[in-house]
Amino acid sequence: MIIEKFFNKWIMFFLILIPTCGVIFDEPYFITLATKVVILGIAGIGLNLALGYCGLISLGHAAFFGIGGYVTGILSFHALNDEVLFSWPLAVSGSSEMLIIWPIAILVSALFSFIIGLLSLRTSGVYFIMITLAFAQMLYFFSISWPNYGGEDGLSIYMRNSFPMVNTMDPLSFYMISLFWLLFSIFISLRLINSPFGMSFQAIKQNEERVKSVGIETFKVKLLVFVISGTITGLAGSLYTDLNRFVSPTVLDWHTSGEIMVFVILGGMARLYGPLVGAAFFIALEQTLGSYTENWQFWLGLILILVILYARSGILGLFDKKLKHEK
Amino acid sequence: MRKFTTTLGALLVMATSSTFADGHKVKVGMITTLSGGGSGLGIDVRDGFMLAVKGNKNISVITKDDQRKPDIAVQLADKMIQSDKVDVLTGIIWSNLAMAVVPATVNQGKFYLSPNAGPSKLAGKGCHKNYFNVAWQNDNLHEAAGGYANSAGFKNSFILAPNYPAGKDALTGYKRFFKGKLAGEIYTKLGQKDYAAEIAQIRASGADSVFFFLPGGMGIGFMKQFSQSGIKLPVVGPAFSFDQGILKAVGDAALGVKNTSQWSKDIDNAANKKFVNDFKSEYGRLPSLYASQGYDTGKLLISAMSKAKIKDMDKFRDALRKADFSSTRGKFSFDTNHHPIQDIYVREVIKEGKTLTNKIVSVGLKDHSNAYVSDCKM
Amino acid sequence: MKSPKTNNSLMTLILFFEQLLNGIQFGTMLFLMSAGLTLIFGVMGLINLAHGSFYMIGAFSAALIAALTESFWLALLASLAGAAIAGVLIEIIIIRRLYRRDHLDQVLATFALILLLSEGVRWCFGAFPLYLNIPNVLNGTVPIFDNIIYSKYRLFIIFMGFLIALGLYILITKTRLGIRIRAGQNDRQMISALGVDISKLYTIVFAIGASLAGLAGAMIGAIQSVEVGMGEPILILAFVVIVIGGIGSIKGALVGSILVGVTDTIGRIFLPELLKVFMESSNATSVGSSIGSMLIYILMALILIIKPSGLFGKS
Repeated sequence: MIIEKFFNKWIMFFLILIPTCGVIFDEPYFITLATKVVILGIAGIGLNLALGYCGLISLGHAAFFGIGGYVTGILSFHALNDEVLFSWPLAVSGSSEMLIIWPIAILVSALFSFIIGLLSLRTSGVYFIMITLAFAQMLYFFSISWPNYGGEDGLSIYMRNSFPMVNTMDPLSFYMISLFWLLFSIFISLRLINSPFGMSFQAIKQNEERVKSVGIETFKVKLLVFVISGTITGLAGSLYTDLNRFVSPTVLDWHTSGEIMVFVILGGMARLYGPLVGAAFFIALEQTLGSYTENWQFWLGLILILVILYARSGILGLFDKKLKHEK
Repeated sequence: MRKFTTTLGALLVMATSSTFADGHKVKVGMITTLSGGGSGLGIDVRDGFMLAVKGNKNISVITKDDQRKPDIAVQLADKMIQSDKVDVLTGIIWSNLAMAVVPATVNQGKFYLSPNAGPSKLAGKGCHKNYFNVAWQNDNLHEAAGGYANSAGFKNSFILAPNYPAGKDALTGYKRFFKGKLAGEIYTKLGQKDYAAEIAQIRASGADSVFFFLPGGMGIGFMKQFSQSGIKLPVVGPAFSFDQGILKAVGDAALGVKNTSQWSKDIDNAANKKFVNDFKSEYGRLPSLYASQGYDTGKLLISAMSKAKIKDMDKFRDALRKADFSSTRGKFSFDTNHHPIQDIYVREVIKEGKTLTNKIVSVGLKDHSNAYVSDCKM
Repeated sequence: MKSPKTNNSLMTLILFFEQLLNGIQFGTMLFLMSAGLTLIFGVMGLINLAHGSFYMIGAFSAALIAALTESFWLALLASLAGAAIAGVLIEIIIIRRLYRRDHLDQVLATFALILLLSEGVRWCFGAFPLYLNIPNVLNGTVPIFDNIIYSKYRLFIIFMGFLIALGLYILITKTRLGIRIRAGQNDRQMISALGVDISKLYTIVFAIGASLAGLAGAMIGAIQSVEVGMGEPILILAFVVIVIGGIGSIKGALVGSILVGVTDTIGRIFLPELLKVFMESSNATSVGSSIGSMLIYILMALILIIKPSGLFGKS
């Protein structure tokens, strides 16, 4: 744990260093890439709560990522076109204020994760993996064929939503906003994991029957973890829409679920910073391999398989071992 | 972790080594689909474009793969504009990616030349002075199919397309020109490849003709199954399901089918002959519709560069607007919304020896523009 | 003389019957995919997301052989052989190491395998779809009952599907290999204690599953298209099938396949028609198709909510 903390400090250092380099060398794209890593890291941190700490293997977190993204896109789209969102029971208009959009994105993601969790958690094991996948697929096909918000073409919002006194189109400012949410979600996860509630959901991963026998209603615990997990991922989706000024059904594709899962595993499961490291590694791989060969996905697949077969505890786990040796 | 930092460092170096352009040089960013589903189209556009600019020392091209994902495409556009400092972007194949990239590009003060996608939004309300479409507006080929259906005497068409925006545009385009009745109208699931159910509907509908827009593998499946079904109705569709890259996979099921296209390899002009020959000797395969579009995009860019410097955006824009290049399609000009005015041909799938290909049978619509010109306030 | 109205409802009935056949045909293909998937899960406890890749490999092997020999039947054999060989190799090199892992590792490793195999096939065969067509004997239609004509090839697919279902039934209930498979499904420790070469058994089961998927890929590739990524949509459907049927149960896979095939086909055609009663035509087409495409996932969610381990699954 101490060693991991040492690494976490290094990670924080990189989170500051990389955008600074971007500014010094006048490479704004570098900051954009870093922002992408941070946002995908948040999505992974969300999934990690359910997957890493509570053992709920959800192959449907694209659903929440997409919902957060679409809530943001739709609100901003209505504000852009000056149309009301709905007129009954009260007239509600869209908004392009992040401070208004975030709470709504959070609420809607929470609502969806509650409904999906309520239904999915009746099952377990492979069935749980597949039913979460099914719900994400449902939303995916719905978003493709529902014409009001662009269908497969997606929804372009042209400008990032606004934040008081900040020019969000400036890469560094938007990076800082994303970084804030990253730190916030790490903080929330940390508090949760060390709380009595956290002890109970981590115990469920080890042995659910035993937790039940102590008199804890495991269903409720799992549902709550699932909702928090989905909500954090939804928030990441909201930021991702703002990063690209665009949202489309690809965010709901099952490959998105797979990739978020890959971040968690690459970095190291049930490690607070794991998903962030995983996302960074994934993006770096995509960028470097992609510049050498069109068939980079082949090599990506190969590397992933090797990591899963021979480095089960992820990148952070590798370093952990190494340091222990040196000591 | 050290490896990780060296990778990042290498990335930084790569990104900073961008060259300073003097006035005559133009840096082009090409974002297109080179991996994953549909990469055949992107490869053709790229090859056509590269052929057009081959040997031109004033043009440098950076090519990147968008994996057919809109979010990746936008991030690449940001990278090329912010870090590589490109002057012109091009290459996008799909409408949904264009809807993401084009606004981001023109809002940052760069030109975008579209070699393939032409969504209606970007032709009408969302048009922009820095956006030029060198291919077609999405409805064009479907409109020509509707026009052809009239002249072929079809009275009762069965029409189908996937349930997504381009599919809806397709059916709208066909209906805009077709004067007969509809025996049926079906939206299929995007990516669906089995059409047994739809073909049964067609058989039962009493239609006298079928119009379909099913790009990629969807169209291959439909054509094969339709020809196996024994239904003898005439079929018409846009060129996408009958183009060079895909015909081989459809096989003889496509023989005799009429399809509409603004380009064909037998269009009789010097530019086209040169293009077809050069493409064959450079890449060892027959060029496709997409390759011709990429090629024309390159030629358009070169024509503008000979008239104006890229830094003088207004002059350069005027030069682009004149479209003073010899297109593989023959006559070519831009309407006020920067979309082409061109002839759209009706082609028929034939066999040349053992190779399936197309020949022109008639002109579907002459000097055709698009329905959105009046919506565009530039 | 029939009145136009009865004529019309007769037409609808014929159409309905034809669509039912289409649903069953789709179902039998799903069965070829899901039988292997469920068998592999039942015996080895492995979730194999890369099962769709064998579907693709089968189709590509068939297209390759068809181009060389111009024989469809040799191509079908090649699909079985190609997928089986690929299956054996992949099982020995990678999959074998995953049996003892938890579901999460299996999901991820086989997800990575999809990337690797898809891109590898593209590397070898290029980005354009390949050509594979049905033989002339099976081209066209045959009349079944009066008034109903149906595609010969699709009847052939249904026939093949049921033939293979029967073959699997015999294999599992009547042969020595079948006994071992059943023993493996019931108690994994027991079977190795009995002195069965377990790793050979696992390789064989994996190869059977892969070759069934390969055969399905070739048969469907002949009427659809042979291209990279063709296995993914059908993979997800196959998972829906085995989850509905109960994972590990071949009977469940058969019932689930037909259920999914029929629901999908009937739903996407008749739902828009049904909605036209309530709303304006083009809206009904659009909304109907939207819901139609979600229908099987709704079906799956409903079944799992009522029976959390599928129709024939062990709870």
